[in-house]
Amino acid sequence: MENLYSEKIMEHFRNPRNLGEIKGADGVGTVGNPNCGDVMRIFIKVVSRKLVSGKPEEYISDIKFQTLGCGAAIASSSIATELVKGKSLEEALKLTSKQIAAEMGKFPPAKYHCSILAEEGVRKAIKDYRKKIKQLKILKK
Amino acid sequence: MKKIYLDHAATTLVDDNVLKKMLPYFSDKFGNPSSIHGLGQEARFAVDEARRKIAEFLNCKTEEIIFTSGGSESDNLAIRGIIENQISKIKMQNDRVKIEKENQKPHIITSVFEHHAVLQSVKELEEEGKIEATYVKPNRDGIIEVADVEAAIKKNTVLVSIMYVNNEIGTVQPIREIGKMIEKQNQKSKIKDQNIGRIFFHTDAVQAAEYFEMNVDYLHVDLLTLSAHKIYGPKGVGLLYLRDGVEIKQQIVGGGQEYKKRAGTENVAGIVGFGKAVEILNNKSKIINNKNGIENLRNGLIDGLLKIPNSFLNGSREFRSPANVNISFLNAEGESILLNLDMENIAASTGSACTSGSLEPSHVLISMGLHPEQCHGSIRFTLGRSTTKAEIGKVLEVMPKIVEKLRNMSPMK
Repeated sequence: MENLYSEKIMEHFRNPRNLGEIKGADGVGTVGNPNCGDVMRIFIKVVSRKLVSGKPEEYISDIKFQTLGCGAAIASSSIATELVKGKSLEEALKLTSKQIAAEMGKFPPAKYHCSILAEEGVRKAIKDYRKKIKQLKILKK
Repeated sequence: MKKIYLDHAATTLVDDNVLKKMLPYFSDKFGNPSSIHGLGQEARFAVDEARRKIAEFLNCKTEEIIFTSGGSESDNLAIRGIIENQISKIKMQNDRVKIEKENQKPHIITSVFEHHAVLQSVKELEEEGKIEATYVKPNRDGIIEVADVEAAIKKNTVLVSIMYVNNEIGTVQPIREIGKMIEKQNQKSKIKDQNIGRIFFHTDAVQAAEYFEMNVDYLHVDLLTLSAHKIYGPKGVGLLYLRDGVEIKQQIVGGGQEYKKRAGTENVAGIVGFGKAVEILNNKSKIINNKNGIENLRNGLIDGLLKIPNSFLNGSREFRSPANVNISFLNAEGESILLNLDMENIAASTGSACTSGSLEPSHVLISMGLHPEQCHGSIRFTLGRSTTKAEIGKVLEVMPKIVEKLRNMSPMK
């Protein structure tokens, strides 16, 4: 299997980081579908912190994933969660599939969609969080 | 740790006796069988001897065997060879009677779950506008029904190609019955020229040779594909059985080898190995013992794996290769199962083709009416001569844990 996937992918496959779910997550994003074989769900916890400038900033304080899929799908979820954990939402939204793929190293070209899924999963979780905040604000008004 | 190899449908190791027999033909006995001198004649004799052994196995004449580079070439040669010969025959006939008949494209019947070597040959000919094709579907058990093949026959049908044992799910097709049915059809249609107006029957028997009847008369086939590396012979050599009198258009040209049906210097060592592998296989009593032993191991593996919740066997259990287990595990992905098995030093295979270039779910499983999500979690174990009870025990020990682990990781509950 070493010829199929990089050692890094296999390492993440064997020991996935941030695997599991967050009960009462602030944002949840589910992407893919069972038909195509890969389903990813990303859970995020969002906390506000004060920057040195005094401006508040929202960041991902915790992130977890659940994935049904191939080795590349599991590894890309694990790698993506590592890349955005502790990052501000603005920064996390800048994460691209290209970045994830570069981190993953060697894999068959047909598996590129796994890194796209991981990028979309993170985005969708953040979107979900923002939507919830918006609704909360409307409710409060 | 010792590897547990359960991927014998992909390939087998070369039997020690086969290898021993082959080795001199790489060095001391390196002659070209077409050469007149002693070295050449020595090689010629070796090729002839292998051909005799295989002819005995297939119950055919030596001239009916065309050695090729393997199963895929044999399938290509069978399909294209028959069709292109038919096309030139039809053209000659039309020229003779000087009328341009409409709708005289030859018609092929095959199944949707053939090996791609057959399927793509047919599809290419279809795209080239040379043929019409009908793809018969298997039933839910993965069996092609004789009646469905019969119903697909048209006036212009010239070739039926149905595999003997399906490579993914191991189901055994009623080749003899289809062969007899085609023979009856041919008798009905009063054929004058035996190469025009009749239906030829080809079977890809690559996955069947180890366990099933290979007598071509018993099977009522006109063409049959075999490959050496599925029966403990070397890779890179196969054959096409071509019934006496059946004409094909040569595909590889540039020499008179293989009765002018396949050019190219013979793969002498490979053919010698193929002959030896078949000789070992032709020891009938050994086959029967082997078959029963493997079937028992297979049954143990199927029963054990089906104890895992939400799992099901793909393909008929009754009409099945004694070496094949193909099981789907819902909500666990095939490649991930394979990677986990590989970490336990167990080699298996997935029907989902997700490991390589294609992301499409298995065309075989889809053809049986499975949903894509049921296909993605399919695993194929194929047993072989060296498989032991202890190996099966090891698989049954690790598989429940692997599937449970993957299901725990999945968002689908």
